[in-house]
Amino acid sequence: MRQTKTSIPALLAQGARNGIPIGMGYFAVAFALGIQAKAAGLTPFQSFLASLLCNASAGEYAGFGVIKAESGLWMMAVITFVANARYLLMSAAMSQRMDPAGKPIHRFAMSMYITDEIFAITIARPGYLSPWYLYGAALVASPCWAAGTALGCVAGDVMPARAVSALSVAIFGMFLAIIIPPARREKVIAALVAVCFAASFAMSRLPVVSALPEGTRVILLTVVIASAAALLFPVPQKPREEEAEEKGGAGR
Amino acid sequence: MSHYVYILVMFAVIYLIRALPMTLIRRPIKSRFIQSFLFYVPYVTLAVMTFPAMIDATQHPLAGVLALVVGVVAAWLGVGLMPVAVLCCVAVFLSELALV
Repeated sequence: MRQTKTSIPALLAQGARNGIPIGMGYFAVAFALGIQAKAAGLTPFQSFLASLLCNASAGEYAGFGVIKAESGLWMMAVITFVANARYLLMSAAMSQRMDPAGKPIHRFAMSMYITDEIFAITIARPGYLSPWYLYGAALVASPCWAAGTALGCVAGDVMPARAVSALSVAIFGMFLAIIIPPARREKVIAALVAVCFAASFAMSRLPVVSALPEGTRVILLTVVIASAAALLFPVPQKPREEEAEEKGGAGR
Repeated sequence: MSHYVYILVMFAVIYLIRALPMTLIRRPIKSRFIQSFLFYVPYVTLAVMTFPAMIDATQHPLAGVLALVVGVVAAWLGVGLMPVAVLCCVAVFLSELALV
């Protein structure tokens, strides 16, 4: 089955339209992230640049923590890797849906904007992934993300403590919105989240380990808990439809 | 050290994470352990970063606990990313009017 040809401007417009609600959500969450950037000592321009380049919520949050703690660059690299490891999976999933006849440059450009939300709307479309649809969404959403971060960094300190306190949980609310729906569908993930909360709480309160930087605790807990989960509850290996597609040589 | 160096390292690592699988992987990963590990990583990382940081972020810890409960319930009911974030903020703001 051949994909119907849609013009590049039409795909850009479709992406941009679906990028609007994403951008609105980004703006609010990025504002809270900007407060974190400010707390880490970044200037509004630095926070703007970081968001424009990185397009990551949890990743930037963890990264700003490293800057705040003045940990080394290797720590920045390791923590950024751990906090963003999920994009490896999304990127891998997207690699299976790329048009083999497409220009390789698209793979490099699209990678820049693999965020939870843009990944979700891009991969939800049937057939080969459309680079232009993704660019349209990114063109709207990414500036919102960067501007929101800068504004949070600027306005964070003129805002009343009540408002800062309220906004500071926005980013955690977003994390919950990512992890809880799968936890509802799969008991193992629900149990995993509970174990993570308990272990993380214990490590933040117990003597000795609580003295470790937050990023180090995150790495330790992630490696230990995810390894244990992988050993105890290996994910079933499903027959890959992508392979069948490859053999069939046709897009969906 | 300059913040720009940190930002550059953060950008480089994030970009490589996103670009390497896209550009290099042509076949599915075979190891079941690595598949499973990578499958669980995002949930574990996000969960660990959320708690207890969420209750330490607010002026009053109870407000954070309330926001956590509100967020979990809203996300459980399938409310979207932005509404969950907003609901958590509202929970903190309203409860701190009474608590702080």
